[in-house]
Amino acid sequence: MMKGVALLAGCYIAGQLVGETLGQLMHINANVGGVGFAMLFLVLTQHWLHQRNRLTLEIESGILFWSRLYIPVIVAMAATQNVRVAVSSGLIALLAGAIPVVICLLLVPVLTKSIPNTASTTPDVWTT
Amino acid sequence: MDYITTLLVKNGLVVAFFVVGIGLYIADLLSKKLTKGKIPGSAIAIFLGLVAAYAGGISTGGNKGIADIRALSGFELMGGAMFRDFAIVSTALGASFAVVRKTGMMGLLSLLIGVLVTFSCGAVIAYSMGYTDARSITTIGAGACTFVVGPVTGAAVGASSDVIANSIAAGLVKSILVTIGTPLVARYIGLNNPATAMVFGGLIGTTSGVAAGLAATDPRLVPYGAMTATFYTGLGCLLCPSVLYLLVKLLVAA
Repeated sequence: MMKGVALLAGCYIAGQLVGETLGQLMHINANVGGVGFAMLFLVLTQHWLHQRNRLTLEIESGILFWSRLYIPVIVAMAATQNVRVAVSSGLIALLAGAIPVVICLLLVPVLTKSIPNTASTTPDVWTT
Repeated sequence: MDYITTLLVKNGLVVAFFVVGIGLYIADLLSKKLTKGKIPGSAIAIFLGLVAAYAGGISTGGNKGIADIRALSGFELMGGAMFRDFAIVSTALGASFAVVRKTGMMGLLSLLIGVLVTFSCGAVIAYSMGYTDARSITTIGAGACTFVVGPVTGAAVGASSDVIANSIAAGLVKSILVTIGTPLVARYIGLNNPATAMVFGGLIGTTSGVAAGLAATDPRLVPYGAMTATFYTGLGCLLCPSVLYLLVKLLVAA
């Protein structure tokens, strides 16, 4: 279990490092896609271990443990949002926050239609 | 009686685990009893979280939702960016790399379109609501992207603090709207497969909104949506204070 958590933590730190470095190089004080890179590293190492059938259940269980904590963490995140300011914010914030979202949601099917049919369903190996 | 609060604060994370666990239990009950399982327990739990955040904000006047209540300050750690991002990465275990590679280009395109459409729409709204200087218009446009891009841009271009506050508020409205709205509209925008989830993550982009919205819709889509969404904030911080600010300056001056 702990080896899996350590693998996840390693990929996470490496990915965040790449994201931070990218942000520094571009002179913006924001992390550029750290989580994206971390996910990439995890997928690649998982693939590499799998091919050498060293992806033991013990390792996977550590990562699965954290993916099961995902929803509780998101619930806790929702509970710490600054909803008070959002709800009491002026018209400008409500409009600027809401209208673009509606437009982008409408664009989702428009953009997706132009992808050659890759809509394979997600493998059910780890449904939470 | 103060010793109790001190004990709870010292064990904040464990308290948060306990309270969230109860919240999820209640949400599952509500899901079965009220909606006969149509609305998933996780969506109700996330909504209850937002309600608690509002209650916490109102009662303490703070900005960290329920974490401003001393006994529940552990929520700040449990719901903070570190655990959030760490848990998001763990969902990549089940993600199929083939889909990511095949949809990659479209994900990139949706990122660009997402930032440009959102920024320009926010800027037009700012202009039509009486903001005339390029700094404020750009900051509001950036705030429409996310509640991180807004203040980062506002600070970079030197906007006034009330405009920056408005940009944060706009980003919060977006994040909360996406959290609540995504499960409701998922059916109508075909959000039920990895490719659409990646395009959704690119177009919508606010990490917390996409993470919570997809969690409430279908947790299996989370890694795909998160994969593109995590680049959105960085791209916004790159484009808004630079290229887009210059563009607004040209348009406003003309």
